[in-house]
Amino acid sequence: MPDWRVHGLRSLVALVLLVLLGVPAPLLHSAERPNQPPYFAIRGARIVPVSAPVIENGTVVIAHGLIVAVGTDVAIPPEAWVIEGKGLTVYPGLIDALTTLGAPAPPPGPTPASPQQAMQQAARQQISRGPEDRPATTPWENPASQLNTDDKRLDNWRRGGFTSVVTAPDRGIFPGQAALINLAGERPNDWVVKTPVGLRVNFSSPGGFWGFPGSLMGTFAYIKQVYLDTEHYGQAWSLYEAGPRGRERPPYDRALEPLREAKAKGWPVLIPATWAKEIQRALRLGERIGAPTVIYGAHQGYAAAEALAAKKVPVLVSLKWPEKAKDADPEAEEPLREMRFRDRAPSTPAALAKAGVKFAFYSDGLATPKDILKNAKKAIDAGLPAEAALRALTLNAAEIYGVGDRLGSIEPGKIANLTVTDGDLFEEKTKVKMVFIDGRKYEVREPSRPTEPPSVNLTGKWSLTVNTPQGPEERTAHLTMAEDGTLSGTVTGPRSTGTITSGWVSGNKFSFTVYIPMGPRTTEATYTGTVEGNKMSGTVSLEAFISDFTGARPQLEAAAAWLN
Amino acid sequence: MKRILIFVLLILGLAALEAPGARAQGDSVTVIQNATILTVTRGTIENGSILIRNGRIAAVGKNVRVPQGATVIDATGQYVSPGIIDAHSHIAVDGGVNEGSIAVSSMVGIEEVLDPDDINLYRDLAGGVTTANVLHGSANPIGGKNAVIKLRWGKDAKGLLFEGAKPGIKFALGENPKRSNFTPPPGVPRRYPATRMGVMDVIRQAFTEAREYRKQWQQYRERVAAGKKNVLAPRRDLKLDTLVEILEGQRLVHAHCYRADEILQLIRLAEEFGFKITTFQHVLEGYKVAKEIAAHGAGASTFSDWWAYKVEAYDATPYNAALMTQKGVVVSINSDSAEEARHLNQEAAKTMKFGGLSETEALKLVTLNPAIQLQIADRVGSIEVGKDADLVIYDKHPLSVYSVPQMVLIDGLVYFDLKLDILQRAEIEKEKKALQEKEKKKDEKKEEKKEEKKPEEKKPETKPASGAASREEETR
Repeated sequence: MPDWRVHGLRSLVALVLLVLLGVPAPLLHSAERPNQPPYFAIRGARIVPVSAPVIENGTVVIAHGLIVAVGTDVAIPPEAWVIEGKGLTVYPGLIDALTTLGAPAPPPGPTPASPQQAMQQAARQQISRGPEDRPATTPWENPASQLNTDDKRLDNWRRGGFTSVVTAPDRGIFPGQAALINLAGERPNDWVVKTPVGLRVNFSSPGGFWGFPGSLMGTFAYIKQVYLDTEHYGQAWSLYEAGPRGRERPPYDRALEPLREAKAKGWPVLIPATWAKEIQRALRLGERIGAPTVIYGAHQGYAAAEALAAKKVPVLVSLKWPEKAKDADPEAEEPLREMRFRDRAPSTPAALAKAGVKFAFYSDGLATPKDILKNAKKAIDAGLPAEAALRALTLNAAEIYGVGDRLGSIEPGKIANLTVTDGDLFEEKTKVKMVFIDGRKYEVREPSRPTEPPSVNLTGKWSLTVNTPQGPEERTAHLTMAEDGTLSGTVTGPRSTGTITSGWVSGNKFSFTVYIPMGPRTTEATYTGTVEGNKMSGTVSLEAFISDFTGARPQLEAAAAWLN
Repeated sequence: MKRILIFVLLILGLAALEAPGARAQGDSVTVIQNATILTVTRGTIENGSILIRNGRIAAVGKNVRVPQGATVIDATGQYVSPGIIDAHSHIAVDGGVNEGSIAVSSMVGIEEVLDPDDINLYRDLAGGVTTANVLHGSANPIGGKNAVIKLRWGKDAKGLLFEGAKPGIKFALGENPKRSNFTPPPGVPRRYPATRMGVMDVIRQAFTEAREYRKQWQQYRERVAAGKKNVLAPRRDLKLDTLVEILEGQRLVHAHCYRADEILQLIRLAEEFGFKITTFQHVLEGYKVAKEIAAHGAGASTFSDWWAYKVEAYDATPYNAALMTQKGVVVSINSDSAEEARHLNQEAAKTMKFGGLSETEALKLVTLNPAIQLQIADRVGSIEVGKDADLVIYDKHPLSVYSVPQMVLIDGLVYFDLKLDILQRAEIEKEKKALQEKEKKKDEKKEEKKEEKKPEEKKPETKPASGAASREEETR
């Protein structure tokens, strides 16, 4: 076994290698064969339409990508593929209301020869001397026009019960437009449900000290100036188009064109705000811009619910609840404000519901769909009715983005996006059995894995050494093994920390897959190997690269502390 | 008669609604009794009372009748001064106080990024500060717009704003604007200006541009007024809008400066363009050109005895404030620091030693004078009937190093009460402990869950962990 190789036919060769190594193939695609019948019926299931009361023992009929009937007394067309729904619950397909899933990776720049050159490149890109340079402004970007269907997360999200996401680039002050996409389709264009559904704004200050804007107030001033410029640009072009003869042509501005369209067509502007003071600021800015405002983040929404309700501004609540920094200084005196914030953030959805604010949930960088539902459950535990939580994952998201007439609930005539589970969505043990997207069935199969029970326990902190083409690289894995051998945890490398999305131990063999965020791009690494006592060895595959690795588990820290 | 009866009933009703304790309501009546009142403008009143109605001072004197139902604050043996005004502060700002990327950043404003959660608001309030001039930093010849705030701790950003205070802007001369961007990363050109000449040039350029911009708008308005159709308005430019406001006297200029030469240069430049410098900030060499500053009509806001932290701050003296005062300049002492703001009263007192200012003159440096400079003296800065009830109650004379603010009122409301603060400390500790426990329990639950799942694994002894926890408690 060579240390590493680069293969031309990446996935195929990787797959062959995996099979040769006796490793179960990872779930590559859950898509069924394309020639599915256009008719489906799920019979005798518990149906949660969201827009209507729950139907016990009901039937949903799908035809040509749409829901055509739902109820207890529904005729099933003879040509339909009937699914026995006993023990199953049918929900509207879940929607993740703001992500970067499928957003194209930024084009790689020229490879810098030295770190100094890299700094120079970065500096040159960022230097702006005022609003006229349109810093970090790319409102023409739209993931729908260049969807990256290879994004590993798309498959993960679909397996986790999500059938649609809103996706938008996230870097810059005006990163781009948001598109609502389904998580499957034959060609990338088929994935798109509606675009654009909004325009994203960030309060980043890309300039540092060197370029404009380099401060939050600079970013605010810039956004205001851009909207004034958009207005002036529109006037200049209207006047010119009305009578070009004898009139100087106004200069074309790539950044202002989409903003002008956004203003004219009333695209919602997505403004970030976490704390109550930021929500107040965002509300003021939204009024100033004069476009429909949607606030995203909103962890301290519990302290601004009334203001949001008064302005009738909808909210996307981030489900990435604030957590205490893992490496926090244990000696540091933490402000009460921070502690309260962490304690109360999950009560935001309940407060918003009580105040009558429309809100939807979004994953905000959570690694797995399981985490999304787990964190939604925390909101339920903090007082949010479960129905409202479900609505925040379905119909509310659809309505906020103006597609409540075609998505978000189980109603005849709507797009046949369904999530079918074997129990209550917010129960930890519940599994997603299948999803329907545009009327196509996608079965969710657990990745196959050996059935032999684990003979070793992998729980603990492991120091890994990976022999990469560039030389050995240290990583740290925090692993937790459940009784049945299921693995969870994180792996921290020199560049980032990844979360384990799936993993198992069987006998003394193991395999786990780590989701690695790389800016708007993501990738997965799969570690496979065997364990002897406190040593492990095996291979790690990252796309088409395969490297050897070894690992060691130092004595349990707690025990070591006891000895001291 | 009937009317009077209803009125009395109403007042009684209001009194009944009032929460117990010192925290008075805005529309209620409060009396501070038996205090030594340092009015600043009307001398010192021994054993005096202040009547506060609807957030304003309604009466001051030895014989103030206490209306029925009034909240009474007994200040026997204590001193009352006007709320301290900090003429140069950078507290309560989110996301940086400098837009240092460009030499003219008049499009940015502090007001948009005020941080009502900044704990420095409370700390400075506890030091007696009731009003602060929150300024942009000094990286640029022409910086950003300021925000004059009252330290109404607990209110949102909008609630902090000093309603009706005239807007201002920060300018900066000398070392800071010329050496900001001094060492940019490789590949990034250095920002202009790099010399004092350049600093003046940037300001001159900016106002030349602003004049031109104003002219364009005037011409546009004239054409529209003349009935011309299809005229394209000039582009609105937030940077130049602000400068036009300065040219038209609608915005106050607070200029950071040190040296006498640059002070004179800016006075000449401003007079050439027909606007006024409102205050010179820091102005350590102000004593050299005090007459010229007074003649221009500018104020000066300086430090008590802080200098030599850079070359341009060498030729300084603690007599600066007194010398400028004696030449007729309206002088204030500022903090430029969240910490120093907590004892501005003591900073002011130093001028009695260095320069021999009187008690009243010294106190004026942090009360009435900054109010005059910020053009809010009709509202704050002294204890007079009709002014806002922004007051500090000290246990000792505020110009004594031993004085500690006991209570601070803004608009007649108690925003700081030392006794209450001490009580709250225990509450806060209790709440913190409870939250810590809650978080710990959650973590333990998680751990338990994990433990349940792997019964074979030996549980490590818990002793060392709990031992560590109790040690931690002991050291608190």
